[in-house]
Amino acid sequence: MKKSTAKRNGTGEPRLDKIFKSYKGRAREMISILQDIQDEYGFLPEEALKKTAVFLDVPLPDIFGVATFYRMFRLGRPGKHTITACIGTACHVRGVTRVVEEIGRTLGIEPGQTTPDGEYSLDTVNCLGCCAIGPVVVMDGQYHGQVTSQSARKLVKAQPNVKEVVKS
Amino acid sequence: MIKALKNPADLAKLKVSLLAERDPKRICISVCGGTGCRASESALLIEAMESEVAKQGLKGKVDVKATGCHGFCEHGPVVVVTPKEIFYERVKPSDAAEIVGETVIKNNILDRLLYADLMSGDKILSEGEIPFYKKQRRRILAQNRLIDPTRIGDYIALEGYGALVKALTQMTPEAVIEEVKKSGLRGRGGAGFPTGFKWEFCRRAKGDDKHIICNGDEGDPGAYMDRSVLEGNPHSVIEGMMIGAYAIGARRGFVYVRTEYPLAVGNLRIALDQARQRGILGKNILGSKFSFDIEIERGAGAFVCGEETGLIASVEGRKGEPRQRPPFPTSKGLWGKPTNINNVETWANIPLIVNRGASWYSKIGTEGSKGTKIFSLVGKVNNTGLVEVPMGATLREIVYDIGGGIKGGGDFKAIQTGGPSGGCIPRHLLDLPIDYESLSKAGSIMGSGGMIVMDDATCMVDVSKYFLNFLRDESCGRCLSCREGTARLYEIVERISEGKGSEGDLDLIEELAHVVKDASLCGLGQTAPNPVLSTLRYFRREYEAHIKDKRCPAGVCKALIQYVIDAEKCIGCLICLKQCPVQAVTGEIKKPHKIDSDKCIRCGVCVDVCKPKAVFVV
Repeated sequence: MKKSTAKRNGTGEPRLDKIFKSYKGRAREMISILQDIQDEYGFLPEEALKKTAVFLDVPLPDIFGVATFYRMFRLGRPGKHTITACIGTACHVRGVTRVVEEIGRTLGIEPGQTTPDGEYSLDTVNCLGCCAIGPVVVMDGQYHGQVTSQSARKLVKAQPNVKEVVKS
Repeated sequence: MIKALKNPADLAKLKVSLLAERDPKRICISVCGGTGCRASESALLIEAMESEVAKQGLKGKVDVKATGCHGFCEHGPVVVVTPKEIFYERVKPSDAAEIVGETVIKNNILDRLLYADLMSGDKILSEGEIPFYKKQRRRILAQNRLIDPTRIGDYIALEGYGALVKALTQMTPEAVIEEVKKSGLRGRGGAGFPTGFKWEFCRRAKGDDKHIICNGDEGDPGAYMDRSVLEGNPHSVIEGMMIGAYAIGARRGFVYVRTEYPLAVGNLRIALDQARQRGILGKNILGSKFSFDIEIERGAGAFVCGEETGLIASVEGRKGEPRQRPPFPTSKGLWGKPTNINNVETWANIPLIVNRGASWYSKIGTEGSKGTKIFSLVGKVNNTGLVEVPMGATLREIVYDIGGGIKGGGDFKAIQTGGPSGGCIPRHLLDLPIDYESLSKAGSIMGSGGMIVMDDATCMVDVSKYFLNFLRDESCGRCLSCREGTARLYEIVERISEGKGSEGDLDLIEELAHVVKDASLCGLGQTAPNPVLSTLRYFRREYEAHIKDKRCPAGVCKALIQYVIDAEKCIGCLICLKQCPVQAVTGEIKKPHKIDSDKCIRCGVCVDVCKPKAVFVV
């Protein structure tokens, strides 16, 4: 019943309606829908998850279960810009740990965090499959290969609105 | 516009007309557009090349082809000018004008863009002469350079879908299975199960509604051959799946691709659309009774979904938690229906086997492992990239002959194969011929084919800690032995890396590792202890140095090292002093600096910025 109401009347959120339109409302579509929501919003807003539960007619905890099981989903709003460092084995043996630490120090955040001004998020990913040119860092979709801690710092500082963290 | 092919004769006609359009003497500039080269600006290079060709009046006379991965990623972006096969490396968008003006028009070679031999420094003109390529046997990867993955015509012109026609018109499903069995092909995803037998189980399973899945959840960090095949030659995978579907009697196929591979998803989508438009995919394929279609499922970043039953759960839209086997997916898989799962590289082998025959296929390889295997050779090696060699090639051939030895002049220490389920193989096994059995005997596994080369600056305790951290994070949590076991193993190894290890720790690791191995449900848990056990087996002394001497011989584990400045080498330039994030460096200009070890956080910035290399680790 709920499902059909949501389908007929929409969710009151045009961006979500547009996503739901291309699905039939079957439980197996859950991961694809969450991926589309994250593509649209940059993360999974709680309200959107609740509406997805109604649309798919599944309990909300099931949706949270899936959203927290898979690494790609994020429940918090990311920064306007995202910096992702690959921490795959090839990048690891070529010293990505130091690169991540340096980027973190430059922005004043740890991996998984967003700068207080909401500008930058720093994430790590298990492998981007660019192992031959590791360490690899992706800034807003742009791949950078053979990054060192120094080149990473320069790259980050060259981004717009990067606030210099005062040395403690 | 595009006409659907109604029968095999139409396909043959299309191929003939495609070939007739092609002048073998016509110059083609093929630019690698794989993810690796794209990271080195190859997308801009392709644009620049196209605009230069137009600017210099060659539009319609010279082709620019954006292809998939050529494999020599470290030297990317890579450009090959055919028919002379001139190979240029590390090409920048700004080089496009000269390549078109000099090489294409005037036939002049640009020396500065040629590959230089590592030993002699001699410049090498063509791809085939470069040791990296020369010593490979590229059955699967060879086509990548010749194909624009967004144009189905490129694939058809190279005998593409010929194997499908052969299977549909000349072979019964049973004959196809027999051929695959005879070829000796084993699953390229890791475990190495014989593919033909798996197909037979699925064909014989009860029920009409059967599925096939292509496992493109290449989760092993350090492996990317499946990405390159999907990106560069998606039709070879589609054709393989179609032949499999025909043999098994499946109607629906799924390709499960990692979401971290956007280009692979994109190219595959284009390929599927084009195959459908051409009547190659869909209902009554090429006029036959065979109907089949393929959907793409994007993974969402869970290593455990590489496991068959975890993958099935994920396609069904659930958490990717594996379940008990049996029943095996071939009898009870996706939505409870018989399902055959093979990985990307396995599927890409199928057209070759059907086209050329099992006896041709099985001519190369070892007794138990036939054909070629693609490895991603990465880490501390000179020529990183994708390497395809016959099964049975030795590690030495791969690392030294093809890989050009260790990067930066260090010593070979170990090679890690099989990802987080695999192990580290030490120096004394360099002459080991690589196949499924030999790797497993050495305490590792084939896995999907990642080969991460490690030199003497790699700490094996740190490597083991790295994998355990990965595994405790990726363990789905269903089995206590895996969930708690990997976490406790991590804690012990972390303790050792911090210099807090005690005498009994190594025995405890071994005891716990065997419990995790024996008591876990799926492949992830059963193989999770491999990295720690194999490093312990071959590098026990290094563990002991951490425990007894409180020393990290490779100079990696932060708690056990100190950074020191060599007063004789230091030129007093103040750079490290300025860059140190915690002001641990003191000194004056033109006088040797000093590092205060109590303040130092071992970030290594001073090592990275020091030009005279005066900072060292003790």
